[in-house]
Amino acid sequence: MKPLVLTLRTDPDERLDLSVLVPHRLSGRTADEIARLELQTGRQRVTVGDIFRVRGGDSRYVRIEGGTDRFDQVGQDMTDGEIVVEGEVGSQAGRSMAGGRLVINGDAGRWAASGMRGGHIEITGSAGDRLGGPLAGEVTGMRGGVVVVRGDVGDRAGDRLRRGTIIVEGRAGAHAGSCMIAGTLIVRRAAGPLPGYLLRRGTVVLAGGCVELSPTFLDCGVHDLIVMRLMAAFVKDYSAVAAAALRSPLRRLAGDMAVLGKGEVFCAGA
Amino acid sequence: MREMIVKGIRIDDTFAEAFNMRATAVVITADSARWARQAAVTMTGFATSVIGCGCEAGIDSELSPRDTPDRRPGIRVLLFAVSTSELQKQLQNRVGQCVLTTPGSACYAGLRGEETLKLGSALRFFGDGWQISKRFAGKHYWRVPVMDGEFVCEAVTGLTKNAVGGGNLLIMGGSPRTTLAAAEAAAHAINAVPDVIMPFPGGIVRSGSKVGSKYKASASTNEAYCPTLRGAVKSALGPEIGSVLEIVIDGLTSSAVAAAMRAGLAAMIKLGPKRGALRIAAGNYGGKLGPHHFHLKDLLR
Repeated sequence: MKPLVLTLRTDPDERLDLSVLVPHRLSGRTADEIARLELQTGRQRVTVGDIFRVRGGDSRYVRIEGGTDRFDQVGQDMTDGEIVVEGEVGSQAGRSMAGGRLVINGDAGRWAASGMRGGHIEITGSAGDRLGGPLAGEVTGMRGGVVVVRGDVGDRAGDRLRRGTIIVEGRAGAHAGSCMIAGTLIVRRAAGPLPGYLLRRGTVVLAGGCVELSPTFLDCGVHDLIVMRLMAAFVKDYSAVAAAALRSPLRRLAGDMAVLGKGEVFCAGA
Repeated sequence: MREMIVKGIRIDDTFAEAFNMRATAVVITADSARWARQAAVTMTGFATSVIGCGCEAGIDSELSPRDTPDRRPGIRVLLFAVSTSELQKQLQNRVGQCVLTTPGSACYAGLRGEETLKLGSALRFFGDGWQISKRFAGKHYWRVPVMDGEFVCEAVTGLTKNAVGGGNLLIMGGSPRTTLAAAEAAAHAINAVPDVIMPFPGGIVRSGSKVGSKYKASASTNEAYCPTLRGAVKSALGPEIGSVLEIVIDGLTSSAVAAAMRAGLAAMIKLGPKRGALRIAAGNYGGKLGPHHFHLKDLLR
């Protein structure tokens, strides 16, 4: 299938809102019509055609060739189809995404997958702080779908995660899985201090251990649980290395007892 | 009654009359095939007839680790009942008492469909607040802490209202030994057919019944097929018949039941009349009660 291709002409002078460039909003538009769509976040008018050279194709498949950390809200509200970005993106990539597949072959900024409800996001580089987390004033973070980050993630990955799965193949910053309500966060390499901070429910897997765990988590011993096999079978379609990390016995720590305490952190070698 | 002779075996020109039932399926896994089977056998015990047991249940197939959700050896069990509420009750009680209690077991949906029955969603309360909900790939599981670790159970399993119960073959031989040999051959062949069970012991029943009784009972012995009463009642048996056994088949679909009866017939015909059955028939109620009629002559084609 020949995709709709947007090739970067020039780096933008301001942050841009790329949320209009999702398959369901581009459906039925010609290349010229797409080129006239506005992307600006300031007073100066900026169109798709100013930033990209547009080559028409099936708008269910959007390919963005070239990226910058000023591309915000890439794939926001996406419901179906596929977007592939060859380059980095700014904040809120995949924000409130409900379906489809978003691939970022580069780094992503803060709040990637924020408010995500479904679909699949793959970030081959690293992601910034608050991956899957809520914006200010929101009660819950990500509510469904699968996010895979091949690199590292910043602080508070999975903040207020309500449902869905986040897989980090690299390292995580401080407070991974903070305030999680449910769902699953898997970090393959080392996590920063205080993972699962104020964890209510949900599962945090730290296959590479962590720098410092809160004393409000209670050691329940090392276990080889059936649910980890189910999780591994599910995860291997997204990340073979993360799935492999789930197949070893892990130490279960119940918490965070500072709040509800119905969550769990699984640690290797703890 | 008209009859056909196939390789020396008399096949009555009759049909099995079967009924619509509700059915569900679960997959039981454990650390070994032995313990998965133990859980399945225990769960399907005392489930030969809806008349006295509430449901009919049996093992459909053994599953290799690559075919189960947790990559452990598994068994697929089918349950049949006459109503959705009774099926829900039987499922909950049997999984709760027989699978949850088995060392290392887990239980998953064995049937997918729009309509569902509660499985883990009903059993999770055993966790007394410590149960944990997990969702992967559109499936919902409950983790219930137990003394050997966790009992993992899928939240729901599928329900079908198109199941068929009461497919049957009546096997008549010269002696109990040859009749049992024919029945065993048929049961063995039917075991390989997917989506069906034979709920009676080893798949075979010797106490075929008729509706009603001179006493206060809903069913009683079918004296027309009892060889020891041949001279005393209006018998259906000729002088050459010394023993009668029956195979009852429940299936998730009508075509599955037909495939099972076809496999059973073929196996008995292959065994031949000297070592097996002299005559094969099927039970019905005149065709007025059950909507599914499996004519033996059609199954021989």
